[in-house]
Amino acid sequence: MEAKSSGGGGVLRFIRGATGPLIGLVLLCAFLSIATDTFLSVRNILNVMDQITVLGVMAVGMTFVILIGGIDLSVGSVLALSGMVMGYLGNNLGWPFGLAIVAALVASSACGFVSGLMITRLAMPAFIATLAMMSIARGIASIITNGQQIIGFPDWFSNLAIIRNFGFLTVTVGAMIVITVIAWVILQYRPAGRSLYAIGGSAEVARLAGINVRRTTLWVYTICAALAGLAGVILSARLDSAQPSSGIGYELDTIAAVVIGGASLSGGVGSIGRTVIGVLIIGFLRNGLNLLQVSPFVQQIVIGVVIAVAVAADTLRHRGE
Amino acid sequence: MTTAAKQAEQLEVGLTLHRVGKQYGPITVLTGIDLTLRPGEVLALLGENGAGKSTVASIISGLVAPSTGSMTWRGAPYAPAAPADALSAGIGLIHQEMRLLPDLSIAENVFVGRLPMRGGRIDRAAMNARAAEQLKRLGLNVPPTTLVRHLRVAAQQQVEIAKALTLNAKLLIFDEPTAALGLDETDRLFEQIRRLKGEGVSFIYISHRLDEIPRIADRVAVIRDGRMVATHDTAQVPTKTLVEQMVGRPLDRMFPTIDPPPLETAPLLEVDGLTSARGDFADVSFSVRPGEVFGLAGIIGAGRTELVRAISGADPVSSGTVKINGQLVRLDGPRDALSRGVVLVPEDRKGQALILPQTIADNLALGNYARVAPSGWISRARTEDFARQAIKRFLIKGTAGQRVGQLSGGNQQKIVIAKSILRDPKVVILDEPTRGIDVGARAAIYQIVADLAREGMAVIVVSSDLDEVLGLAHRVMVLSRGRNRGVLDRETAGRVSVMELATT
Repeated sequence: MEAKSSGGGGVLRFIRGATGPLIGLVLLCAFLSIATDTFLSVRNILNVMDQITVLGVMAVGMTFVILIGGIDLSVGSVLALSGMVMGYLGNNLGWPFGLAIVAALVASSACGFVSGLMITRLAMPAFIATLAMMSIARGIASIITNGQQIIGFPDWFSNLAIIRNFGFLTVTVGAMIVITVIAWVILQYRPAGRSLYAIGGSAEVARLAGINVRRTTLWVYTICAALAGLAGVILSARLDSAQPSSGIGYELDTIAAVVIGGASLSGGVGSIGRTVIGVLIIGFLRNGLNLLQVSPFVQQIVIGVVIAVAVAADTLRHRGE
Repeated sequence: MTTAAKQAEQLEVGLTLHRVGKQYGPITVLTGIDLTLRPGEVLALLGENGAGKSTVASIISGLVAPSTGSMTWRGAPYAPAAPADALSAGIGLIHQEMRLLPDLSIAENVFVGRLPMRGGRIDRAAMNARAAEQLKRLGLNVPPTTLVRHLRVAAQQQVEIAKALTLNAKLLIFDEPTAALGLDETDRLFEQIRRLKGEGVSFIYISHRLDEIPRIADRVAVIRDGRMVATHDTAQVPTKTLVEQMVGRPLDRMFPTIDPPPLETAPLLEVDGLTSARGDFADVSFSVRPGEVFGLAGIIGAGRTELVRAISGADPVSSGTVKINGQLVRLDGPRDALSRGVVLVPEDRKGQALILPQTIADNLALGNYARVAPSGWISRARTEDFARQAIKRFLIKGTAGQRVGQLSGGNQQKIVIAKSILRDPKVVILDEPTRGIDVGARAAIYQIVADLAREGMAVIVVSSDLDEVLGLAHRVMVLSRGRNRGVLDRETAGRVSVMELATT
């Protein structure tokens, strides 16, 4: 045990504890490489990266939330709200587009802040508070244009998700990578990040140890919503449009990614490395099933089975300990 | 033999326990318990906290299986595999804490799991009628459709009793039934016990309130350290005798000598008129000087844990003050107390001080991040270095990367203490520091207590183990029912004097 934890470089440390899901990911990639001609190509891998940006950014925020033993059901709605706020201010009101993006992120953060207040001040269960916010944010997103979509953003904005700088890296994928690394550093090396593990392990122990559990919780929901808002901006850039109905069901995909990576919904267990693996599994799985021309209906079944298997395997492994 | 004589003979046989013992792994909690209980009799079972009374109750009521020995009930071998077996045999346990479903009605609670059915539907009329009958028998004047949530604690207890009675219970075990009751309610309970006794129901009555024993019991049995040390065929035993039997001879334990601080030393911790916002204690005042070990004694439920939690800011107070070096401590949460150097090593290690699935290093770093990494960057290497130092200093048996849940109670306790001491505190409060800990680890913890006092900290030791309080503390405050019943000096404090104050 000691040897394992003191040995190992950065990569090993990054994926610490995610060995089961990692093996699954490697097997999945190996299988898809053999089963299809196109999977193992630079072009396809870059496509998958583009496809997982929205999920990847949201999963980072959800990792924080799940680490403290919470849940955020509102991320899909907040994503839609963010896109609509940006589109409305930028296109309909003619705000400078950069400012519209900032406003969208502020609006999203506000949603998380309110959820956080409901949870910390009104002692509402996170499930209920964010369920309420899920409905509220969706409603506001629809009111903005009375349910109409907003199409056509400035070229520079859409290009963020299209132009591959240095031949491979879109700005949106770059943003996802930067956010992931920052989140990893915070969780691994900063007191604030370590406190999340303590709160998730036992909120009462953390409180008695002098951690400001309320304030931290408030921050976590705010950041999660801010990242959902950023995901909304990224999705708008990818689609060159914003719709009040976008992101329906994304909260469940996001939770699934975090859980497949091996985080515990009861809190205290999980990491950015694990979440990355969970996101990649979902991304590669969808991509591979498409390449294999599996119908979307069957894909849903496969993803469901993967979630069940991943969590069952994790539970069984822990029972052995 | 006539039928009547046969019946009489059978009735003479209630419950017997023969050489019953219980081990949890290497720890023996009960050894060779012999007990007989006749129908219509109230047996008081006495003992200090942790003596094994509740284990006896759990074994009889089928909650835990004995490791050794056997039981008979009404003349036949009795070995319940589950509480349901005990219940169907007519033995019910009334818990200290009610185990009722608050949002169901009284009747539903009484019949939960065996709701009377008619034609595939719940026969509510029959259920309510039968519940009402039992409530009437107990003299409880409430409709059976009332939600349990709306009942007072005493009434909830009656529901538990009613539940047992509808199962035709012939033996009821009460674990600290009066802990949450007022005087009137206690009187009512005793009345009911007497009435049910007349109907042939027998009782095992576990209580800390020695003054109740002669009023309600027929016989008394005393347990100490998992052994039956005395049985009396009358309940009219002097309290002093009972106390002496409960606390027994001092165990061969070595307590380090700690010189008391000079009398003129200014107090480090001053508690003045502290009153719980939840009614757990009221108007408690005392002060502790640097270098002094201050003991806090009392029975379970006296408010000791609640008091020290309040001092450390963990629980709200409604009035009163806590001062450190003359400066007021804000009590709106643990943060101000912690930053002023008040640390609490709580009674409930697992719930309040340790994150069991996480490593020793993670647990020690919790709340100590500034000391782990003054730069603000916490690496695993730093966390583990920090842990290794603590492991060495506090003689913890374990490695930094090991999960706390895998450690023994003694080592877990050392981690909790280490975590607190590494904060460089001024006031260290230890609540039941040696509960569930083997003798060897106890000595190590006593040594730590002595070192803390010698380093000039004010140390408060809360313990149900009287020998421990008396062996460590310079002064002992006795709490009973949330009140300070007196502070005894080491010279005047003895087991009997403390217990007498504690049972008032």
